[in-house]
Amino acid sequence: MKGILKLAYKLLVNDKAKFTALLIGITFAVYLMMFVTSMFIGVLNHASATIINIGATMWVMDPAVQTVTNTVGMPDYVLDAVRSMQGVKYAVPLYSGAGLVKLPDGTYQSTYVIGLDDTSLLGRPQLLEGKIEDIYAENGFIAVNDAEFEKLENPRIGSELELNDHRAVIVGIAQVTTSGLYGIPTLYTTYARASQYLPNPRYTISYVLVEPKSAADVQKIKEQAAALGYLALTREEFMKRTADFFIYQTGGGTNILIMTAVSFIIGLSISGQTFYTFILENLERFGALKAIGARKRNLIGMILFQATFTSFTGYGLGVGLCALLIWVARYRLPSYAAMFTYTNLVIGFAMVAFIAAVSSYVGIRRVLKIEPFDIFRG
Amino acid sequence: MPNVAIHAKGLNKWFGEGEAKTSALREVGLEAYFGEMVYVVGPSGSGKTTLLSVLSGILRPNSGNVLVEGIDIWTLGPDELADFRLHKIGFVFQDYHLFPRLNTAENVAIPLILKKKDWDESIRAAVNYLEIVGLRSRADLPPVKLSGGEQQRVAIARAMVSEPDILIMDEPTASLDGDTGSAILSFVHKNILNANRCIVVVTHDSRIYEFASRILQMEDGRLTGPEKSAA
Repeated sequence: MKGILKLAYKLLVNDKAKFTALLIGITFAVYLMMFVTSMFIGVLNHASATIINIGATMWVMDPAVQTVTNTVGMPDYVLDAVRSMQGVKYAVPLYSGAGLVKLPDGTYQSTYVIGLDDTSLLGRPQLLEGKIEDIYAENGFIAVNDAEFEKLENPRIGSELELNDHRAVIVGIAQVTTSGLYGIPTLYTTYARASQYLPNPRYTISYVLVEPKSAADVQKIKEQAAALGYLALTREEFMKRTADFFIYQTGGGTNILIMTAVSFIIGLSISGQTFYTFILENLERFGALKAIGARKRNLIGMILFQATFTSFTGYGLGVGLCALLIWVARYRLPSYAAMFTYTNLVIGFAMVAFIAAVSSYVGIRRVLKIEPFDIFRG
Repeated sequence: MPNVAIHAKGLNKWFGEGEAKTSALREVGLEAYFGEMVYVVGPSGSGKTTLLSVLSGILRPNSGNVLVEGIDIWTLGPDELADFRLHKIGFVFQDYHLFPRLNTAENVAIPLILKKKDWDESIRAAVNYLEIVGLRSRADLPPVKLSGGEQQRVAIARAMVSEPDILIMDEPTASLDGDTGSAILSFVHKNILNANRCIVVVTHDSRIYEFASRILQMEDGRLTGPEKSAA
């Protein structure tokens, strides 16, 4: 079979024009599929930035919360109740809200403010400059140096801002794993200060961050929180809840699905048609092989190999091209929301496998129908 | 008494049904022997190519038997029939049917590759056969760079590379000028034909009749008798 596959390979790649057209078609289709899905996954990842950056194992919240930025305040007793639950190692409050910063030049900038538990500072970011204990200093805030940092006019340690008519002093510059979705800068401070500086609803606890004693306690904590009328989710579940909101309750998911389907149909049409033309042009040769003594399975093997080789080479090129363009975009825009995950790689791979299967099927049907007698008749 | 290579009897083949039914072979019977070069001649549409296809295991007759070396080939299954063609028959097609994307040596090596021989070994054997047909220096060229006569010799090398017992040639001179056609058939007669091989040639080119051991005349789907009994 090895020699027959080499024969199939040479018949395919030596027809340079056709092979190039096939590769371009599949590469373009894979690129489109990968680009659209990686953009969407990137957006979903940025939407869960706070969950990723805080890094708590479990989050307790009001059941009405759909995304991490869409908070519903909880009364203080919830914190005490959670702390007293079986299986809870420790629990701390988190404040998450938006404030308006007046910049030195007099302009205003919306800002995302995270208030960390005053005692533990659980979920604190990694500091690039300054000391974490300075967050306790008077009016102390830590600015996150991400893609939105310059919107605060690139503050340094000691820079002063005005947050909701309160003086704020930058005491540290930090970095985080993922920047937010909405293109606004982030400030960290203590829970107490955040709840003083920002306009307060009746209840101030956005989330209770929980560390269970063991993995087995996760379910128990969920049940106890539910009995209290609240929702306890693991980090992964909360990210999924946020992603589900964007997928199912906004037009985003549908649009991505349509775009992916369109790119898939384009890829299938281009590669299917080109491969079919390739088979048609080589029909006489396949007939000659049949006459000489090639078995059906030899011909099927050759066509499967040609379709699979072309499809998966196109897949590699498409993924490579997409990765290259994302890399270039990130070089210019550090918070560019596009990323590969195993999910979109597998989706792309499955679509290419389907394209290979359909192309092979069409080619095989045609080749098996050719009668060697037709070759004799000329 | 020479050994029988092909024994065919009562062959009937028709195409279409009802009013569109056309008989291509009518009660055809023949014997071809090892060591001879049998020509089947006749006008276009007389059933020559159909007969060749039935004898070589390519086209199933509606009735009748074809015994090759004692085996009734039309009792074989599809894979066995393919193996039969691969191992016992060498084909030289009218239009050569060389692969333009492969070089000359690779074209010649195809039957060996189908026999699952190692690629390099197949190419070496193919180059040896190109040497025999005088095209060793053309081994790396694609067929389109060769003349019609050279392409025909490549097709002969491809048919012979697996050393089949029976060589089937369909209109081997149809695309060649008279001198080249005669040279090709002369070459086949001198170098390919031997006591262990039978060659069946379909042609209507009278300029190459001189190389035939026997000539069988076909007309309207019937063998009407030998025109010439010996070369």
